[in-house]
Parts: sequence; structure tokens; C-alpha cells
Amino acid sequence: MNSHSDPHTDSGATRATTPAATSPKERLERSAATQPAHKISIRDLSIRYGPFTALSGVNLDIPVNQIFGIIGPANSGKTSFLNAINRMDMMRANMNVQGSVLFNGVDVTSWGNVYALRSKIGVVFPLPVGLPLSIYDNVALSPRLRGINNKSQIDEIVERSLKRAALWDEVKERLGSLGSLLSGGQQQRLTIARALSQDPEVLMLDEFSIAVDPVTTMRIEDVLKELKNQMTIILVTNLVQQANRLADRTAFFLNGSCVEVGDTDALFNGKVRDQRTDDYINGRFG
Amino acid sequence: MSIPLEKASTLVAAGDVRNRDWYIDKLFHSFMFICGISAVIFVLGIFVFVFKEGSGFIIHQLDWAEFFLSPKWRPTSAIQASYGTLAMVAGTAAVTLISMAVALPFSFGAAIFIAEFARGKTREWLKVVIELLAAIPSVVWGFIGLMIMNPLIIDIFDVPIGLNVLNSGIILGLMAAPIITSIAEDAFKAVPDTYREAAEALGATKWQVIYKVVLPAAKNGLLSAALLGVGRAFGETMAVLMASGHALTIPGSVFDSIRALTATIAAELGETPVGSDHYQALFAIGIFLFSITFIINMTADLIVRGIKNQ
Repeated sequence: MNSHSDPHTDSGATRATTPAATSPKERLERSAATQPAHKISIRDLSIRYGPFTALSGVNLDIPVNQIFGIIGPANSGKTSFLNAINRMDMMRANMNVQGSVLFNGVDVTSWGNVYALRSKIGVVFPLPVGLPLSIYDNVALSPRLRGINNKSQIDEIVERSLKRAALWDEVKERLGSLGSLLSGGQQQRLTIARALSQDPEVLMLDEFSIAVDPVTTMRIEDVLKELKNQMTIILVTNLVQQANRLADRTAFFLNGSCVEVGDTDALFNGKVRDQRTDDYINGRFG
Repeated sequence: MSIPLEKASTLVAAGDVRNRDWYIDKLFHSFMFICGISAVIFVLGIFVFVFKEGSGFIIHQLDWAEFFLSPKWRPTSAIQASYGTLAMVAGTAAVTLISMAVALPFSFGAAIFIAEFARGKTREWLKVVIELLAAIPSVVWGFIGLMIMNPLIIDIFDVPIGLNVLNSGIILGLMAAPIITSIAEDAFKAVPDTYREAAEALGATKWQVIYKVVLPAAKNGLLSAALLGVGRAFGETMAVLMASGHALTIPGSVFDSIRALTATIAAELGETPVGSDHYQALFAIGIFLFSITFIINMTADLIVRGIKNQ
């Protein structure tokens, strides 16, 4: 189905060893790699917690306005990877990050105001976190943090965010009730609405469907397909087929290293460089 | 072959012997049960005793309007004895108010620092020191009020006497602070870290996380901490007796001396004939105090329960 025979990784070292590009599509991608068309670029990223290495030597690029899937079994460093991007490592005393994360071509560690950086990157956690505020206040929190006090402006942001997260119709009559009282699937969409209320450039989802029923999962997946026209999405998922359904490109993490990065179509059609990727995708381990 | 049912119930299974372990277990159970209900027995006992001692006066002689509305407490007057507690209630309330004004900002600040900012050793040390503060006997606090605060207040504010609402309010505030701090800290710790992470991921600063997310989530716990502090300040006797001046007036300013409800009982009970009107009137004050602290603690408890049920 895919025209090119060699799913490449984005790491500079492996790129040199791959044969010359043949298909137009691949040439296009190669040239894009040299331009700042990547929202996020990871270079030699290693993460350690004390003596324990969670992730080592990761190199990859995340293109603009695509869904970038990350698959891999538990403890393969997926969540640590996300934490390094929005600099949540600052809150964890024992988390040590080395290498560089380039956001719009600039190293995230060079941001003087890390809060401004985080407000450009929305995060959805595995378990829904409905803050003990009203539904309205949950979504209005981020605009208020940014200093927006105009009621009608906040009203508009809240409505738009809840609509984008496919939750508006279910809660529009009771915006004043507690967000933490919603059902799990609704809370997860509330979390997504909250992340969208900051109009992020990047939306990171960490196994969002872990506590969500299949029907709601499908609804959220439809939402994500819509959203990728407006933002870059990083989708960490424990469901291999979810990556297949949604991701444009997919990375496979295993035991703290990035085994392979490639076009999702290619990876799921057996065009893998590493046999372990194929084994994992087809459920032969993990 | 099978054993008939009626016969089976009379059989004893092999090895079914009540051995030493079985008896120790039973003994242990009974002992723990007695320990467990002893608190209930004591509380009920005290309740009954206090009511019994004060009941005769309350039922037959007490003028309720006078008791609550008159500031004149003249239990030993030969001409006309009067039993008004208004001045004492006002004094106690004023001292409690000042003590909370002193204690709450410090305690909540300390609790926020310990729960949200301090790490590792700093945190452990702070908690130990605060617990130490709670262990200082109240008579020592009274001594500090009498010997250190008194001249200090006279010097700084240029007032004739330093044993007053301000003095006892500050002393009581310092006494209540450790309790409020540790309960408030528990309330902060009960806020799940996922809330903090979610807010931080939205780009909230540390202060915004505390102000917008942690404080609202912990507000019931904080309210209950404050109420327990009020209960502590209200019921304290020795320190107030020593630092308040023990003068029967309705305070007009923080520099007026007052007399607390508790201090009145402590100072007068030893001097009254058992069973006299004066003696019983003091017990009536005791019942009054008991009811107020009971209501305060009950409210605090209900609020904490409310948190758990959320």
C-alpha cells in the first residue's frame, strides 16, 4: 500500500545508511526534515531517575499538524518522554534529562518562563482529572491563568473548547455542577476540553483511553482527527490498533529506547526495520 | 455412607480443641473492647456528673435572661447575688477572635510551606519543631504572657496594664497554631497530586496551582482546622487566667483586661462550698462551655466527614 520500501527513522545516523530516496513522497519528507517543518525535534534524549535509566538515546522528529503515535509496553519510557517535552522534570527532584528537545526549533530548556511554554502544550493524562471545580471553571481555568477576565470572552472559550471535545451537548445545561462528578468518559473529554482551552500548539495524550469506554474512545478519536488540522498531536497509546487508526507516523519504544520510527501505514504492513516492532504490533509479545 | 444430619451436628471434628491460642485471642478481644469503649464511658460519665452538679440550680433558680444577658457576676453578694455571664462570654469571644487573627495566617502559611514547598529533611524538621510547640504546657505559656508579654505591651503601646485581650489573644494564638498547622497540612496532603500536575500542565505557576486548585480542594479541611483551633482557644484556662488580667468587664478595646469563662471556674471553684448556689452556678458555666466546645468539635468533625464522602 505504501510506495516506499524502506521505512526510515529520523535519526541522522540511520538516515545516512538508508538507500537513496526513490518515491516522490519520500523525497518530500526528506527535504521537509531539513526545514523547520517539525514542531518538535528530539536529539539524543536520555532520561534517568537516580540510577535507573528510563529512556536513552532517542532521536526523532514530530511533524507539524500530524498525529504522532508512540506505542510500546509498560515501562518503556513513553510517559517520561512526554514529561521531558513540557519540562515537567522540573517538578521531580530525581528526574534527570539529557540531550535536547527542540520546540519550534528552540531548545525547551532555554525557555526562561517555563509556564508560558507549558501553556502552549496541552496534556491529557491516563486517568481523567476533573478538578474539584465546576465544569465551567475547569475549562475556564487556563484562560483565567493567562489573565483573561472578560466574562463573555471566557464564555466563548468554554463553549468552543467543550464543543471541540464533543462534550458540550451533554453538559451545557449544568455547567455549574462539579467536574469531578462526571462519568469517567465525560471527565476525560472535560480534560481534553481543558487542554484545548489554552489553544495549544501541541496536544499530548498519554494513554487517554485507559479509563474510557469503547464508544467514548471512538468519539474522542474522531475529535482528534478533526483537531490535527489545527495542532500537532502526540498520542501515547497502549492500544496498537489505536495508533494504526489515528497516527500518521508511529514510534515504537521498548525498554527505554526508541526501536523504530516510521510511517504508520508502512509499520503496520510489515515494512519494519526491526523484527521486534513487527512482533509487538502483531501481538507476539508485550 | 453418610451421617444423618441431626447426628452430624453433635459430632466434634477431630482437632477442634479450644487451645491456649484460642483463649488468648478471646482475652485480647475483650481487653481491646474495654479499652475501645472506655472513652465513651468517660465522656458520658463527665457529662452526667457536670449536669448533675449544675442541674438543681439550672432547673430551680437560674434566671436564663440574667445568665446570658447580664454582665454582673456577683455570686457572693450578700444583698442580691447575680449570675450574669455576658462579660465573661464577651471576654472569651474577644480573646478567641484575636487568637484566630494571630494563628490562622501563620498556621495556614506554615502548612502551605510544609505541604507544598518544603522537601525531605526541611519538612521533617519543621514537623518535629511544630509538634514540640504543641507540647509546651499551658502554664508555661501563661508564664510567658505574665512575665514577657506584659512588660512588652506596656512598653510598646504605652498602656497602664499589659495583661489584656491582646496579650492573652497572642498567647492563645501561638498555642492553637501548631494544631491548626498540622490539621491544615493534612488537608493539603489529602489533595491528590494529579490535581497539581493537571494545573501545572496548563501552565499554572506554583502560586496559581495553590491558589486556584489546592486551596479550593482543601477548603473543608482548612475550615475544620480553624474550628478546632477556635475550640482550643475557647477551652484553654491556665494561660488565659494568667495573661488576661482576670477583670470582669466587657472589653472595649484590645487593651482592656477581661475574664474568661474557663478562668472563672478555675479561680472560684476551690473557694465555694460544695452544693451552694455559687458552686452550682459554676457548673452551669461548665455545661455552657461543654455545649459550645461540643458544637464546635461536632461541626469540625461533620465537615471532615463531608470531605471523605465527596
